[in-house]
Amino acid sequence: MANPRLQLMLCTGTGCLASGSKEFQTALEEEIKKQGLEGEVKIIETGCNGFCAVGPVMLVQPEGIFYQKLTPKDAPLLVEEHFLKGRPVEKLLYVEPASKETIPTMNEIPFFSNQKFWVMRNKGAIDPESIDEYIARDGYFGMAKALNEMTAEEIIQEVKDSGLRGRGGAGFPTGLKWQFASKADSDIKYVLCNADEGDPGAFMDRSILEADPHAVIEGMIIAAKAINASKGYIYCRTEYPMAIQRLTLAIKNAREYGLLGEDILQSGFNFDIEIYQGAGAFVCGEETALMRSIEGKRGMPRPRPPFPANKGLWERPTVLNNVETLANISQIILNGASWFSSIGTESSKGTKVFALSGDVNNIGLVEVPMGITLKQMIFEIGGGIPKKRKFKAVQLGGPSGGCVPEQHLDTPVDYEAIARVGAIMGSGGVIVMDENTCMVDMARFFMDFIQDESCGKCPPCREGTKRLLEILNKICEGNGEPGDIEALEELSLRIKESALCGLGQTAPNPVLSTLRYFKDEYIAHVYEKRCPAKRCVALLKFKVDPEKCHKCGLCYQACPVGAISWEKKQPAVIDREKCIQCLSCYEACRFDAID
Amino acid sequence: MLELQHPDIIGDMATRLENVITAYHDTPGAVIPVLRECQNIVGYLPVELIDYISVGLNLSKSEVLGVATFYSLFSLTPKGRHTIRACLGTACYVKGGKEVMNRIKQTYKVEEGGTTEDRRFSLEAVRCLGACGLAPVMVVDQDTHGKVSPDRIVEILEQYE
Ligand SMILES: Cc1cc2nc3c(=O)[nH]c(=O)nc-3n(C[C@H](O)[C@H](O)[C@H](O)COP(=O)(O)O)c2cc1C
Ligand code: FES
Repeated sequence: MANPRLQLMLCTGTGCLASGSKEFQTALEEEIKKQGLEGEVKIIETGCNGFCAVGPVMLVQPEGIFYQKLTPKDAPLLVEEHFLKGRPVEKLLYVEPASKETIPTMNEIPFFSNQKFWVMRNKGAIDPESIDEYIARDGYFGMAKALNEMTAEEIIQEVKDSGLRGRGGAGFPTGLKWQFASKADSDIKYVLCNADEGDPGAFMDRSILEADPHAVIEGMIIAAKAINASKGYIYCRTEYPMAIQRLTLAIKNAREYGLLGEDILQSGFNFDIEIYQGAGAFVCGEETALMRSIEGKRGMPRPRPPFPANKGLWERPTVLNNVETLANISQIILNGASWFSSIGTESSKGTKVFALSGDVNNIGLVEVPMGITLKQMIFEIGGGIPKKRKFKAVQLGGPSGGCVPEQHLDTPVDYEAIARVGAIMGSGGVIVMDENTCMVDMARFFMDFIQDESCGKCPPCREGTKRLLEILNKICEGNGEPGDIEALEELSLRIKESALCGLGQTAPNPVLSTLRYFKDEYIAHVYEKRCPAKRCVALLKFKVDPEKCHKCGLCYQACPVGAISWEKKQPAVIDREKCIQCLSCYEACRFDAID
Repeated sequence: MLELQHPDIIGDMATRLENVITAYHDTPGAVIPVLRECQNIVGYLPVELIDYISVGLNLSKSEVLGVATFYSLFSLTPKGRHTIRACLGTACYVKGGKEVMNRIKQTYKVEEGGTTEDRRFSLEAVRCLGACGLAPVMVVDQDTHGKVSPDRIVEILEQYE
């Protein structure tokens, strides 16, 4: 099949797969065969398109028509109407929730049109399992330029000038990191890619690896040339089987094409990459712990200095970069530092990919230019809060980060500006929370996570976070006492000062930031034995207020165990004996009538 | 080489385990991949197998055990026929993952990290499966189920015998 008339870019990223894109694909293939269109239309499986919320999604090229929420039943209609007769199927197009307007092409959907695709330039546009398609979109050109036309110093200078900072959390200038490692004296050096993606609520690294694995490999080769390394590892979470499979194939193909291995592109430069699978430990995302883990040991961090640039993996100079950081590199080399730095703020250049999730309409992956405000990201791209509820806070940076309340939504996406309001840019997890989220419970959630994941090496982290969790549990269970809030504050500051690694040093952040903006909720829990958001089961009465009850019966329908009795025009009554405290009725009630 | 005898190591498992050890024998830092592959073969890591691996890789037993207990991927006890991995990552938590988890526990009388008495299900809480767009998310064996509610999860699980 030389030139298909239509290319069907069907998303088979994790999100769409789970929504049924494989089932749809089977039906579509059958239908195409039935209509004898095999030579004319071609299905291409792509990585994550980003708009997971309306999956499975498919983009029809070259027309740019975007279909959403596809099911096997839709296949005959699509083939008959669109692919045969050329009439797009209206009922499968995207409808803008606010204006109820149907938008046929992808580029006009606000979710996409407000983004800037640099790192994700190939997502949904190429088959991630085809090296040829990657090359056809300038793939490996940046590497060719770096290997054949540039010295190591020139590469480092270009990356420094671009202003690129690490996307894995800390925001360290990438060029500078490379410079340190290039100066370190050793015949063996390593380039590592951090694909451990531990922040619960972040999935951009996964999507980049699934949609465009070669971009990461290309970035690693350029880094290797810059510091003169000959061996690289990609440390990937074991929870990401598809990413591992696509990387494995990409590495194999790159070797076959002479783009990886000995004497790459006859430049005399040698570099090869191996994949190392993690084994489920959050702390292994920390650089020194990650290196220990590759060495086959318990993944415990060690104090720095010495820094990995001098003594890293197997005590050799090592550069570790995040997936997204590396995916930026080839474009910087190819288009130049000033191209990259033309976008962004004074201290934060380029774009950042965020995983938008929680209580927001357009859940998915978004790539935005640095400098746009959080409000634009959540309301313009994210489409605002569902179920007509009110925005409460947005959590950035996961367990090391903090929450940003409404009054700071004009904060731009910028490392320093976000830090000033008490959160961190982090790796890019953005969890939007509506008014029904209890902020004390959120702090408890993150502390529970940290307790689980603390490696146990240093006492402030091991014991201190345990104590924080105990107090938070006590408060959420309705047993908070005067003094608890002060104890949380004091303990948090002490842990921050004395913990050994980034995990412990940042662990109290969720507590501190919720205390900073939502202290009234803590006070309500401790002194009034009340959970304003109605999430903490121990503080709830499970009683319908007959005054507030609109007698609508929604709670009656929602109860899974038949514990609610209700008749038309009568207020509902909850039978505490039968009630399993699942909160379904609270979710269902629109009038805040259950106490 | 140590003779490997254990009621759960049957058929050609012993040969396959031996092949794993041989393949990694000379690779430095190979404990984690070896543990992974051995667990894939047997389903979990009985203590006798840990002994076998430590002898095979020329490491102390405490070193191998230390690694096996550090990483949550490894299990020293047998698993159920199906493994439920319920996501309690931030996105899933905000979207009601805890309520789904509670329903599983109540319905099947099983604790987090535990296995039902009939060995039908093992229940694990995991932190983010990277599918937050579909929160709350649940993975049963290899199948990802998105947007599960407490009621739907029981329906879903009933399909796994
Ligand atoms: C507890 C902890 C967990 C971390 N997890 C990750 C992770 O999952 N992915 C990541 O890229 N960086 C993670 N980091 C940051 C890394 O230590 C390191 O700074 C980063 O990978 C460097 O790459 P970059 O400069 O390209 O961002 C973590 C740090 C800490 C302290
Ligand atoms: S938080 Fe559950 S998949 Fe990410």
